[in-house]
Amino acid sequence: MNRYPVWKYVIIVIALVVGGLYALPNFFGESPAVQVSAAKTLVKVDTNTLAQVEAALKAAGITVDQVVLDGTSIKVRLNDTDAQLKAKDAIQKALLPDPSNPAYVVALNLVSRSPAWLTGLHAAPMYLGLDLRGGVHFMLQVDMQAALSKRAESLSGDLRTSLREKNIRHSGINREGQTIEVKFRDAATRTQAQAVFQDQFTDLQTAESADGVDFKLTASIKPDAARRIQDQALKQNITTLHNRINELGVAEPVIQQQGLDRIVVQLPGVQDTAKAKDILGRTATLEVRMVDESAEARGAEAGTGMVPFGSERYLERSGQPVIVKKQVILTGENLTDAQPGFDGQTQEPTVNLNLDAKGTRIFRDVTRENVGKRMAILLFEKGKGEVVTAPVIRTEIGGGRVQISGRMTTMEANDTALLLRAGSLAAPMEIIEETTIGPSLGAENIAKGFHSVAWGFLAVAVFMCIYYMLFGVFSSIALAFNLLLLVALLSMLQATLTLPGMAAMALVLGMAIDSNVLINERIREELRNGASPQAAIHTGYDRAWATIFDSNITTLIAGLALLAFGSGPVRGFAVVHCLGIMTSMFSGVFFSRGLVNLWYGRKNRLKSVSIGTIWRPESGATIKAE
Amino acid sequence: MEFFRIKRDIPFMRHALVFNAVSLVTFLAAVFFLFSRGLHLSVEFTGGTLLEVTYAQPADVAVVRDTVAKLGFADVQVQNYGTARDVLIRLPAQKGVSSAQQSAQVMTALKAVDASASMRRTEFVGPQVGDELAADGLKALAFVVVGIMIYLAIRFEWKFAVAAIIANLHDVIIIMGFFAFFQWEFSLPVLAAVLAVLGYSVNESVVIFDRIRENFRRYRKMNTVEIINNAITSTISRTIITHGSTQMMVLSMLLFGGATLHYFALALTIGILFGIYSSVFVAASIAMWLGIQREDLVKGTVVKKDTDPNDPNAGATV
Repeated sequence: MNRYPVWKYVIIVIALVVGGLYALPNFFGESPAVQVSAAKTLVKVDTNTLAQVEAALKAAGITVDQVVLDGTSIKVRLNDTDAQLKAKDAIQKALLPDPSNPAYVVALNLVSRSPAWLTGLHAAPMYLGLDLRGGVHFMLQVDMQAALSKRAESLSGDLRTSLREKNIRHSGINREGQTIEVKFRDAATRTQAQAVFQDQFTDLQTAESADGVDFKLTASIKPDAARRIQDQALKQNITTLHNRINELGVAEPVIQQQGLDRIVVQLPGVQDTAKAKDILGRTATLEVRMVDESAEARGAEAGTGMVPFGSERYLERSGQPVIVKKQVILTGENLTDAQPGFDGQTQEPTVNLNLDAKGTRIFRDVTRENVGKRMAILLFEKGKGEVVTAPVIRTEIGGGRVQISGRMTTMEANDTALLLRAGSLAAPMEIIEETTIGPSLGAENIAKGFHSVAWGFLAVAVFMCIYYMLFGVFSSIALAFNLLLLVALLSMLQATLTLPGMAAMALVLGMAIDSNVLINERIREELRNGASPQAAIHTGYDRAWATIFDSNITTLIAGLALLAFGSGPVRGFAVVHCLGIMTSMFSGVFFSRGLVNLWYGRKNRLKSVSIGTIWRPESGATIKAE
Repeated sequence: MEFFRIKRDIPFMRHALVFNAVSLVTFLAAVFFLFSRGLHLSVEFTGGTLLEVTYAQPADVAVVRDTVAKLGFADVQVQNYGTARDVLIRLPAQKGVSSAQQSAQVMTALKAVDASASMRRTEFVGPQVGDELAADGLKALAFVVVGIMIYLAIRFEWKFAVAAIIANLHDVIIIMGFFAFFQWEFSLPVLAAVLAVLGYSVNESVVIFDRIRENFRRYRKMNTVEIINNAITSTISRTIITHGSTQMMVLSMLLFGGATLHYFALALTIGILFGIYSSVFVAASIAMWLGIQREDLVKGTVVKKDTDPNDPNAGATV
């Protein structure tokens, strides 16, 4: 009656072994490490780099625990934090001869101390959330309207060129927000222009209208094109953030898209939050435009006239106004590299730019046509533009190598180069949520979370053993098995463990015991009603199952709702909660029954079971179990 | 060991009216406090900046408040957090000033007064995020309520679904009432706790309903009230032991979990205490007032009964 077929025990043993293996890495702890990864897309971290790192460490006489090449990064595991700092210096000296142009990022890190054979099984410890290890969390909101306006602006520039090439005369192109208005003198040219739109500007949809004597064509970005533009903007911003964060040398940063227009950035272990925020928060976009040199513009610059049509007024860093044309020649997207440097002749600080193929071509054409004129480099931060520098074009610049000089300090040159190098953002971003957790608080949180689970578990187990005797022992073992499975599952999924997650673990354990209480109470009840011990065990488990199933499903519904609608800490809670309900159904019913069957199942003439006192109301007497 | 030596079924339902009146009063009181005092929502919902600062010696909250007020922030809250050395400062969101500037400003000012001040945690939430969180929270609540009702209506009967959900919303409102009355901080983890309580408390009701369903099949001569009394009596030991062990876990969280888990554990504690009460006196009695009958449950289970070889009454009709 109470025997499990062999295959059920096989399942239990497999679950136990697999659970044990995958939960194991969590108990080895972490050791200080140095992580080397590539800072540029062209640089590869490979066995050569590994040899270099090893040689450098040997030369410095640092004893190392382990050096491994792990995908795209090298991880050097060390015995203590002292050696960690020394190793970092040694590696930095060997790999980065020129600190102003780093090819690698050398960062301090923590690496699991679990042995290689476990790592070989892809058994890794749970990833600790920021609240447990300390660090910074940012949520950034991308301004999509700005991305669309910017696209509309560049489209209107292209439109002007196209119409000129086709010799279609218009009487003005004007951008208003995300719509472009083109005016024509007659309907015929408008029809011609419309053909151009259909041919070359598939992203735009047009509508005709008449405005007094003018024939107007209003173009706006198509909805699907708009979606694509927004998607690209978000992707580019994420790439840019990657580049910028690389500059910080953070090990294992998390940069993720959230929703349609948000990006989450987590920098574990970062303490210098001001610097992090400064680099992230520079929501700068870069544009190169021509300075308007017409007489009216000069007048406007001097403050005596209106800003001419098609131009805008910006301030230089010194406060001097500069009138620049609205048409954008280049954006940060066409930039591949930027480095600070010094001019060979004048010894002035400079910023040296490298452009991509498209940028090179445009730049050559523009500089050839505009020798002697000024070109402005504008930086937009939070929607406000500023002229970084507006140098005079001395000669045609081909080959894509551009030197900007003039009125810059070395510091400014460095800053500008960093910003340009990190790439420009496709759309401005704003920090809408930010959390910083100190490392001491993180360690404290781990200890507190661990203690709540441990003491709670102990209290429940002790009570169960006293109240239900041997069945309580079975229940406690099942509960421990549940904890093991839960930890193993979380490690396998590489879920992020947070403090609310640990709270969920404690709560799940408290609730998991419910299944066993239901079963044990039911068995007692059956015994009280005079059932034979074997029959009581059998009915107890069978009858309790329906109840356990119903009550767990309803709890699971609540857990799923938390998972679906929660964010941040609530999600961390929900993941553990949902998984815990499932593991508890398995361990509380299937596993604990396995134990009971193993103990009692083979005894044919079972007189009594050790499940504590069974009290019978009729006789008023109690049957002492065993 | 045996805690419960119950000779006869306890007539829980005889006092149902009294207990229902009591729960109605507590419920109305909770609603009253929710409206009159409102929830003390955490920075996650309202938006703003939160700083947790720790000192080498017990902090003087008055001095901290003074220092922060001098910076010209309107409506600043300063309170002790966890230990006497930790202080929590809340600044409302300001237009045009970034949180970076806010927290940097505050930290510089605090360090100028007492050099041992060090930042443990800062949190900044924009107002739009807060609104979304509140909306998501309500959605989650609605999802749980509807989901559980559908499940119970399928597994049991609509009367049980209605009874369970009323009983459990009663728990939720009472937890929130406590938070409103004591002006405890209602944060995201507390919301998670509230929803977990909802699931947990339904769990309770389900165990009792399950027994009611079973009794309807087993004891064909009892009337509804007797059946409910018997179901509650025979599950009461399980109810109390399960709650006791969950409560032990939650207490351990309350004692060892530190300040971060404090309100979370507190919400669970209240939820568990009221969970026992509500499933016994609210859920079961509402099911009774709604007039559950043997026919409600038996007709859906006739097919099942035929296939149950252990049921001695298989195939019998009343």
